[in-house]
Amino acid sequence: MQGCSLAADDLACRRGDRLLFAGLSLSLAAGEALHILGANGIGKSSLLRILAGLLAPFAGTVARTGDVGLIDERPALDPHQPLARALAFWQRMDGAADNALARLGLAHLTDVPVRYLSTGQKKRAALARLLGQAAPVWLLDEPLNGLDRDAVRLAQALAAEHCAAGGICVVASHQGFALPGMRTLALADYAA
Amino acid sequence: MIARLGALLRRDLGLLLFGRRGGTVLPVLFFLAVAMLFPFAVGPEPQLLSRTGGGVIWVAALLAAILPLDRLIEPDIELGFFDQWALRGISEEWVVAVRVLAHWLSFGPPLMLASLIAAALLGLDGVSLRTVELGLLAGTPGLAALGVTVAALTAGLRGGTALAGLLVIPLAVPLLIFGAGSLATGGDSGIALTGAVSLVLLAIAPFAAGAAIRGARG
Repeated sequence: MQGCSLAADDLACRRGDRLLFAGLSLSLAAGEALHILGANGIGKSSLLRILAGLLAPFAGTVARTGDVGLIDERPALDPHQPLARALAFWQRMDGAADNALARLGLAHLTDVPVRYLSTGQKKRAALARLLGQAAPVWLLDEPLNGLDRDAVRLAQALAAEHCAAGGICVVASHQGFALPGMRTLALADYAA
Repeated sequence: MIARLGALLRRDLGLLLFGRRGGTVLPVLFFLAVAMLFPFAVGPEPQLLSRTGGGVIWVAALLAAILPLDRLIEPDIELGFFDQWALRGISEEWVVAVRVLAHWLSFGPPLMLASLIAAALLGLDGVSLRTVELGLLAGTPGLAALGVTVAALTAGLRGGTALAGLLVIPLAVPLLIFGAGSLATGGDSGIALTGAVSLVLLAIAPFAAGAAIRGARG
């Protein structure tokens, strides 16, 4: 895995005319994990999008090395295509060989169009896309939404393996996420 | 990068040519329906038809190009595709450039083929048909670029599809004037000007549409 780091300095985020948080700094080195906690609407997703470089911060800077893999509520899979074809597009994009479909419990769903998958199955499919991308920095926005108990354990195990292999994992969730050595950041402390 | 753009083009073509909403068949049938209706509306007089037929083909082509506008950009924004591409360092400009190509391939060549049938329905002579076909070859890439740009600008707006159609029609006027005008003057200068307008639109499209998509991201 390529070397990676993620640091943010004095971030502030504004949505519309509302300042969500300010003065937020964080720093993650290879193999570290961070859990961003906070109530709905406090700005967890916005923070992840800022860290991913998809959203410009209102103030502050983000320094990042290594590719970013993002999971959010949109799986980025064509709804009308069978799962195998929808994932094959990202395999071609990422030059990935295998998406660990069997491990994710998706092997029997490859012929099913994505729009027929349940919320949890779509989340598993998004995890398959993420694994294929082989990005060192994982940003997971509510990764456990819709997952059953086995899948929750699996997602936590995948994140743990990722960090053990030298990756960075940032989880934004109001739910608990069990990951050894994970730090927590309560976004309410920075609410403006 | 080339492999990734190839994968993009493959997906775009798959969705635009064989997509669920009729793919490329619908615009072509629409185009032929317009060409078929026209003689009913103005009467079957051969001279009138052959004189106005080329213009009808152009208007029908413009309308057919508007049909797929709503699925050119917006679904990919809503499904999160553009975010995932951005994370992989594939800029919106590249995606748009590939999409313009795919959009053109999905309606330009099919319409040029359908024009052969439309020309027979409208009684165009060989010279006019040649002018129409060359004009369409020069003009439809511009229509594709215009369509993708407007689709990006109106993505996410309420009533975006209707608005997109309304925006494309006036912006396509230069293409229509030179393209259909080349039939009246009979010269190649009209086709050359159509091609020039197309090139301008093709050059602007990736940057205008790319900026619009980035601006829509929140």
